[in-house]
Amino acid sequence: MVAIGTGLLRSGEVLAATWNKLAFTSTNVADAMKNANYGGAAESKDIQLKLPDIAENGASVPIEVTSHIPGTTSIAIFVEKNQNPLVADFELSNGAEPYINTFIKMSQTSQVRVAVKAGGKAYTQGKEVKVTIGGCGG
Amino acid sequence: MSMSRREFLQILAIASAAGFALNGRPALSEGSAENFYDLPAFGNVSLLHFTDCHAQLLPIYYREPDFNIGLGESLDRPPHLVGEKLLKSFGIRPGTIEAHAFTSLDFENAARTYGRVGGFAHLATLVKKIRASRPGALLLDGGDTWQGSATALWTKGQDMVDACKLLGVDVMTGHWEFTLGAERVQQIIENDFRGKVDFVAQNIKTRDFGDPVFPHYVIREINSIPVAIIGQAFPYTPIANPSYMIPDWTFGIQDDNMQKVVSEARAKGAQVVVVLSHNGMDVDLKMAGRVSGIDAILGGHTHDGVPAPSIVKNSGGQTLVTNAGSNGKFLGVLDMDVRGGKAVGFKYKLLPVFANLIEPDAEMAALIKNVRAPYAAKLAEKLAISEGTLYRRGNFNGTFDQLILDALMEVKGADAAFSPGFRWGTSLLSGEAITLEHLMDQTAITYPQTTLTEMTGATIKDIMEDVCDNLFNPDPYKQQGGDMVRVGGISYTCDLRQGMGKRINNMMLNGKALEASKKYKVAGWAPVAEGASGEPVWDIVAGYLRDKKVITPRKLNLPRLLGVGGNGGIA
Repeated sequence: MVAIGTGLLRSGEVLAATWNKLAFTSTNVADAMKNANYGGAAESKDIQLKLPDIAENGASVPIEVTSHIPGTTSIAIFVEKNQNPLVADFELSNGAEPYINTFIKMSQTSQVRVAVKAGGKAYTQGKEVKVTIGGCGG
Repeated sequence: MSMSRREFLQILAIASAAGFALNGRPALSEGSAENFYDLPAFGNVSLLHFTDCHAQLLPIYYREPDFNIGLGESLDRPPHLVGEKLLKSFGIRPGTIEAHAFTSLDFENAARTYGRVGGFAHLATLVKKIRASRPGALLLDGGDTWQGSATALWTKGQDMVDACKLLGVDVMTGHWEFTLGAERVQQIIENDFRGKVDFVAQNIKTRDFGDPVFPHYVIREINSIPVAIIGQAFPYTPIANPSYMIPDWTFGIQDDNMQKVVSEARAKGAQVVVVLSHNGMDVDLKMAGRVSGIDAILGGHTHDGVPAPSIVKNSGGQTLVTNAGSNGKFLGVLDMDVRGGKAVGFKYKLLPVFANLIEPDAEMAALIKNVRAPYAAKLAEKLAISEGTLYRRGNFNGTFDQLILDALMEVKGADAAFSPGFRWGTSLLSGEAITLEHLMDQTAITYPQTTLTEMTGATIKDIMEDVCDNLFNPDPYKQQGGDMVRVGGISYTCDLRQGMGKRINNMMLNGKALEASKKYKVAGWAPVAEGASGEPVWDIVAGYLRDKKVITPRKLNLPRLLGVGGNGGIA
């Protein structure tokens, strides 16, 4: 793992050096993926996501990503319904284990899409996370 | 109708001997009252299970739902069967005591005939009787035990903790327990429960480092056979209830961790693996298909009194899924035959606890009397007489909810009101006095504040859509196990063929369509956000009842349902 560590840092701080403004300010997931160079990503079950079915707190949703795709060099997280879907783009170097553990912010129920680059190709996997107002249970 | 157990048994015996039934029905379908609870022992591992008693120490009435709609995979399968459809599915004869236990059919008459259900003194006698023929049997408490009554609220759960220890609970998991706050829960576990009751939960971790908060499971020997009991607390506690009460803990379903824990327990020699679950039955059914190696999931939360287990096939074989009702009304008995290191046969019975058929246990009765003594006079206050049946349970407004909504709207001067879709709360028969105790049975929570909020029509719709999705989302893992928010003042249609955001339509207030941008005054209670300071809901409703003196039968504000014609979950 590179210096970005286990995701306790905020993605903005992590990525200051390689800030891709066009990608991070895109307002729909297709543009954001294209601008972050994940355009045309193929669905892959080799990307393992750990996300809650319902978020306990939309402001801080835990996510774990493991890529089993050999030669993974970057992992990006997109929240489709966020105003700016690209949440983070982690670049891995020196054969770092392709594993990310961080927290993301979600404004509403949305598909969370993770994209991975490996060997010059892009792959993706998604899961819906529900954000609810709470109360009224049981 | 009030009579002693002796008189009741005499009447039943005369009725059945004469070949005719009380009130035109066969009184008991399985012989006479004396052997109603004779349950021949089977196998060598027995587990007794009760859940969601909601702190009801005394016998009560509890009306089962006439709306328990299942959609998608859940359509017309247990637990989403009610009334005659449930009876037919489980081969229960209509008009019998069992039919009354499991359905709302002819509720008033049947309740008057068969009397109150549950009560810890009666449950204690039953537990002792069943244990006597099953040496080493364990008693499992599925949670929602320390909340639901005035005495539990006012003693911070101590009355129930003491009662459960006397009852002989061996293993427990939780949900509403956590609304007493993390500190109180830990205090009970570390002091009262130490060395006596194992509190287990595989799906609660600390928010910072993901450390386990409770042991995931415990292995106990029954007849020299190691049996693992894994705890599964209610996964959505910090969402459905105030998260500020448990700020350092995170929950979730965690079925990948469940699989690890099952494998670990097996590796440590467990020949039987059982999950004591507060998932809710639909979640349990899904989990049973995804996790292998579990012999049985003994479930609660959704308050479904399901007479027989559902059998779910999975990659490791099969898993039984049960749900044992609520309010102390049932005791589940699972007998397993374990040979050659694995369970090869089982029998399950969900016994209804009819107070008239069971002699109360003297020691438990004394404990209950003692704990209630300081509060008994206050709780006995008759606030009003109810002319109609009062109950809560069902997917949409029950009559007691309607009463709470009517009170909130009138007292607060609101256009509309919301009341949570809780599934606990006891029932009253027509003509009964509504006591403060009955009112507390519907409202006793640690966040009872009432609210009056200006909301736009759009916000009101968003809230109703959100809660409706928590009930009817096609994926059980995205449901929360409560019922639909009870709505006062606003009529609506609910289209169950639609998805989130499109189910709630035709919203009308006083004959006019609700306007998206117009503001309305909406009353409510039980806010999950911190900082509300409104008068407790029981004070508002008690004042309303004292003022009215007589409560006429409530007119239920039920939505017009679309897309559920013939659904087995509608009586």
